[in-house]
Amino acid sequence: MTAIHVRDLHKAYRGVPAVQGISFSVEEGEVLALLGPNGAGKTTTVEILEGFRARDSGLVEVFGFDPGKGERQYRERVGIVLQDTAVDKFLTVGETVELLGQGYPSPLPVGEALTFVGLSEQRNTRVGKLSGGQRRRLDMAVGLAGDPALLFLDEPTTGFDPSARAEAWTTIQGLAARGTTILLTTHYMEEAERLANRVVILTDGRVAAEGAPAELRSRRQTMTTVTFKLAADSPAPPLGARGTGGVFEVRVDDPTAALHTLTSWAVAAGLRLDDLEVTRASLEDVYLELTRAAEQEDATR
Amino acid sequence: MIAADLRLVMSFAGYANRTFWRNPAAAFFTLFLPVFFLVLFSALFGNEPLTINGNQVSSATFTMVGIITFSVVSACYTNLAISVTTARETGFLKRVRGTPIPRWTFLSGRILQSVLVSLLLVVVCLGFGAVFYHARVPTSTLPALIITLIMGAAAFAALGLAMTALVPNSDAAPAIVNFSIFPFYFVSNVFIPISNPPQWLNVLTHIFPIGPFNEALKTAVVPPLGSTGFNGGDLLVLAVWGIGGALVAFRYFSWEPHP
Repeated sequence: MTAIHVRDLHKAYRGVPAVQGISFSVEEGEVLALLGPNGAGKTTTVEILEGFRARDSGLVEVFGFDPGKGERQYRERVGIVLQDTAVDKFLTVGETVELLGQGYPSPLPVGEALTFVGLSEQRNTRVGKLSGGQRRRLDMAVGLAGDPALLFLDEPTTGFDPSARAEAWTTIQGLAARGTTILLTTHYMEEAERLANRVVILTDGRVAAEGAPAELRSRRQTMTTVTFKLAADSPAPPLGARGTGGVFEVRVDDPTAALHTLTSWAVAAGLRLDDLEVTRASLEDVYLELTRAAEQEDATR
Repeated sequence: MIAADLRLVMSFAGYANRTFWRNPAAAFFTLFLPVFFLVLFSALFGNEPLTINGNQVSSATFTMVGIITFSVVSACYTNLAISVTTARETGFLKRVRGTPIPRWTFLSGRILQSVLVSLLLVVVCLGFGAVFYHARVPTSTLPALIITLIMGAAAFAALGLAMTALVPNSDAAPAIVNFSIFPFYFVSNVFIPISNPPQWLNVLTHIFPIGPFNEALKTAVVPPLGSTGFNGGDLLVLAVWGIGGALVAFRYFSWEPHP
């Protein structure tokens, strides 16, 4: 079943377009990442889905509800982790989760929500005394308070150090394993690649690409890069590999055949291919390519 | 459903109460300042006899009524406006809005807590005034006093919520909110008895809500002979302000931080 359905969504702020015709959908149980640079329209899209912003036009449905109406039955089914940490510093961690979980028909026991994000020991700590990373985990616990079928995570690990990020990823993966549908925004490729079943790349308020991480990688025209070193007096290598300072690089479609050609040539010529490396295109390459293309388009406009 | 929502109101009042007492600044200004002023003004103005509504009373009674006004306005207007602005600017209100919690229950809980704090303050002021300064404590006009207090608390809570629409951020909140109210205590015959005010000041103090509230309380505490203690004219002015405040709050109250 489809959890989120967005078609031709438009939104402008005082005449400045932020979202210009975005369409995508999320199936139940899926983890979808909205990926894009700042200003690409990620947060606007998510806030429309969360019911915080009104759209200008387009169709938006979440579990069959129109989020713009802000109905209680809709709110009962979704959990929201906002981009900014929002807490009352005089409440304790446990009180915060309890207070904000009160409106749900079957809230998650506070202890369970805190265990899930690794804050059980801080249950009686005043929120004002938490570290930044702990506050973000509290945000996550609040998002889980109502045991939601769908969780919105707006840049859940921005500003985290690597170990905190790895912990957050484990938590999110745990949620996904429970069957929670997750819509995540991020500008970290690695995060999208690690967590998401599917990625929608946004640039300038439009969908630039969409698909499973692996699918997006393979959609890139030349997807594998082969690099190697050759001694200065060597003859020119095959495949049209070009080099500077003895380091050669060539992009190939079929690495198996390419490597065979290259190594056969080297063996026949009695040469060594030092530091031979085969690199698969990362999602980051795809992303950079797409965002760069969008920038150039902007420049020529 | 209604019962469940009312339980939410009570619960939010409970949480608001916890944060209130844990916030030293709010608790100090709202709770200890009135008692401090009561002691200070009584010391400054002595305990000379004074005539209010044709009754001879000690000037401590005048001070006590003024401090009750101050207490109710501090709890329901000043403290509510500042704490709700802070909750808005930190994004806490937005977060509440993202849950199924009916919005009115959250705000009602906050208002309820403010009203309860102000009632506590009234009891403290009455007790303090009676025990230490022989101030007059009303008995026969108690219904009028309670109705007047509730109307005042409701009107100033509505004005407090309306005020949040004008306050751009939490840093500016204490200054703006206090400045909007503090001068009126001094010019409206609340803290200091003013015997012959200029005409313009007289008009001003009868139009803005502090003066009428204080006058209505004075009538309830020291009623003219044969009166039940209800001051219809001043209560009407207060009600108009309350309704106006509620309308502005309904129209302009924001659940998201101001840009």
